Amino acid sequence: MIVCKGITKIYKNHSAGSGEPAIETAAVKNATFDIRDGEFVAIMGPSGSGKSTLMHILGCLDTPTLGTYLLDGKDVSLMDDNELAEIRNQKIGFVFQAFNLLPRANVLRNVALPLVYAGAGKEAREKAAADALASAAFPQNFWGHLPNQLSGGMMQRVAIARALVNNPSLILADEPTGNLDTKTGEAVLHAFQKLHMEQGRTIVLITHESYIAEYAERIIHIKDGEIIEDGKNHRRRLVNNI
Amino acid sequence: MNSSDLFQETYSALLANKARSFLTILGIVIGIASVIAMVSIGQGAQGTIQTSIEGLGSNLLTILPGIVQPGRGIVSAGRGTAQTVKNEDAESLRAIPDVLYVSAEHQRRFQIISQAGNNTNSTVIGATAEYVSVRNVSMDRGAFISDQHNRSMARVAVLGPTVAGDLFGSDDPLGKTIRINKINFKVIGILKAKGSAGFFNPDDVAIVPLTTMQKILAGADYLSTIAVTVSDKDKMPEVQARATELLLERHRVAEPDFSIISQADILGALTQVTTTFTIFLASIAGISLLVGGIGIMNMMLTTVTERTREIGLRKAIGAKNKDISLQFLAEAVMLTFLGGVIGVALGWLVAVLVSQFAGIATSVSIQAVFLAFGVSAAIGIVFGYYPARQASLKNPIEALRYE
Ligand SMILES: Nc1ncnc2c1ncn2[C@@H]1O[C@H](COP(=O)(O)OP(=O)(O)OP(=O)(O)O)[C@@H](O)[C@H]1O
Ligand SMILES: [Mg+2]
Repeated sequence: MIVCKGITKIYKNHSAGSGEPAIETAAVKNATFDIRDGEFVAIMGPSGSGKSTLMHILGCLDTPTLGTYLLDGKDVSLMDDNELAEIRNQKIGFVFQAFNLLPRANVLRNVALPLVYAGAGKEAREKAAADALASAAFPQNFWGHLPNQLSGGMMQRVAIARALVNNPSLILADEPTGNLDTKTGEAVLHAFQKLHMEQGRTIVLITHESYIAEYAERIIHIKDGEIIEDGKNHRRRLVNNI
Repeated sequence: MNSSDLFQETYSALLANKARSFLTILGIVIGIASVIAMVSIGQGAQGTIQTSIEGLGSNLLTILPGIVQPGRGIVSAGRGTAQTVKNEDAESLRAIPDVLYVSAEHQRRFQIISQAGNNTNSTVIGATAEYVSVRNVSMDRGAFISDQHNRSMARVAVLGPTVAGDLFGSDDPLGKTIRINKINFKVIGILKAKGSAGFFNPDDVAIVPLTTMQKILAGADYLSTIAVTVSDKDKMPEVQARATELLLERHRVAEPDFSIISQADILGALTQVTTTFTIFLASIAGISLLVGGIGIMNMMLTTVTERTREIGLRKAIGAKNKDISLQFLAEAVMLTFLGGVIGVALGWLVAVLVSQFAGIATSVSIQAVFLAFGVSAAIGIVFGYYPARQASLKNPIEALRYE
């Protein structure tokens, strides 16, 4: 489903004022890899290694400076803003490093938001949002709460439910357990594991902790923007009982 | 995104910042309300002038000596000095078809004294019996000047209510004697009050027979006015043309030394004046509306900056550029529309209060109300467009990273 060939992302930092030359940072360097349908992949690397940058490219939020990225056989760099928005809306579910929930909307409306832009009716939206919240194991009596009335773990699950609501074929999760304790972290990982095993979704999990990465089938190691290792995870962990 | 979702989003976004939304709406409210109030005052003035002119008699042609243009005053040979219109001119006009009545008049200001010693300086009009029909006057008591009075050059007078009050107070003037220019006149009638026409008070007059006026009081053989009523409004231009032709021929001149003014001319000239006045008032009010619009833009730019992360998120989960710009445009239009609704109500209230307490006639027209709504929505679109576009063009990644 994903084919990356020599993807490179260079940021130009225009230092304020003076005519100093712009500083160039290569956040991702020459990344080449494929991800098959239904794979559960972890991208692992230290802080600042370019994981989030890579995820934004995979999620069609950003375009690579060099290289080609084919999503379901289509070259993303040839698409305009509207086509990219449509792909993000229909094929991709994001779980952001910072949850990015709408502060004014309650849990149910936050989860249903992608469907608003997909043009779904109110009833269909609420049903899908309820299903997504159930798959993310979010307690029903909090559905009417605003994000600032929830704990970090609950917000994370709302963010996951929102990523699932449009039935995406590709789920991209950036440090989904970063803000959570081990137990809630495990619950979140369990949700991903279920989505992968029971529904066959493609999941890309980004983390800097090897113990989290070990829940995936395959681990891509990245350091200073370069892929240094890419292979099957031989010590796969599973969450069994929650 | 359908319209009910859009409405709900807009509503909750505006409620999230109640104080700011309120103040921004207030700017528009003041702008719209002042436009409505100012235009209603202007249109009220127009209405008042219109009715008072129509009250003078609608199918009326007024023939004046010299060249007079309505709205511009006397252009040459002023009314007081021109002596070109004569009694025979008035008689000859009767021959024109569709002419109903011809009232020949000579007017001048004189000191009038009652026997009790009260005095007033008023307009004295020398008139014929036809004056009543042409000038739409009616008698309160007594009788008007008759043809017999004119033939015999009788020294009788009909008083307007203002003159009657000035000279006799609450006493009955009928049958009493007054002195106009040191000549005794007997009061034979009192006119019904008509109310001021703005520039001329028809109640502050004394009317005497035309012959008495010309021969005894003024010692002049010319007229100051001939007023002609025409049987049908549609015949006015035709009668006006024929009268012009006739008088040119009688006076043996190529260029008229007289003026014929129809009510339509006067109305047209005054309407032009009041329209200018209304536009002037409305444009002053319009400036405050512009300031309100700038307030909208200011608020929307602040809102867009504050909600950068929200914009980034919405784009990340599939909002297209037009979804984002529509959302912010809807907020701006909602603000101005609310401002428009409240502003129209407030402006209406101000107009009512002004006519109630300041005694100035006002009239709120439906056109002005619709115009106000249209303008307020347009302001929302115009001043909301730039912020909405700024919002829609944000790069999703940069917007999500925004702190
Ligand atoms: N908009 C930008 N402009 C300039 N440099 C950037 C920008 N975004 C990211 N970078 C740089 O690119 C590099 C990779 O950043 P990225 O956010 O992808 O790291 P990461 O692996 O997700 O780190 P973390 O684990 O801390 O989230 C960093 O050196 C960062 O400073
Ligand atoms: Mg990151």
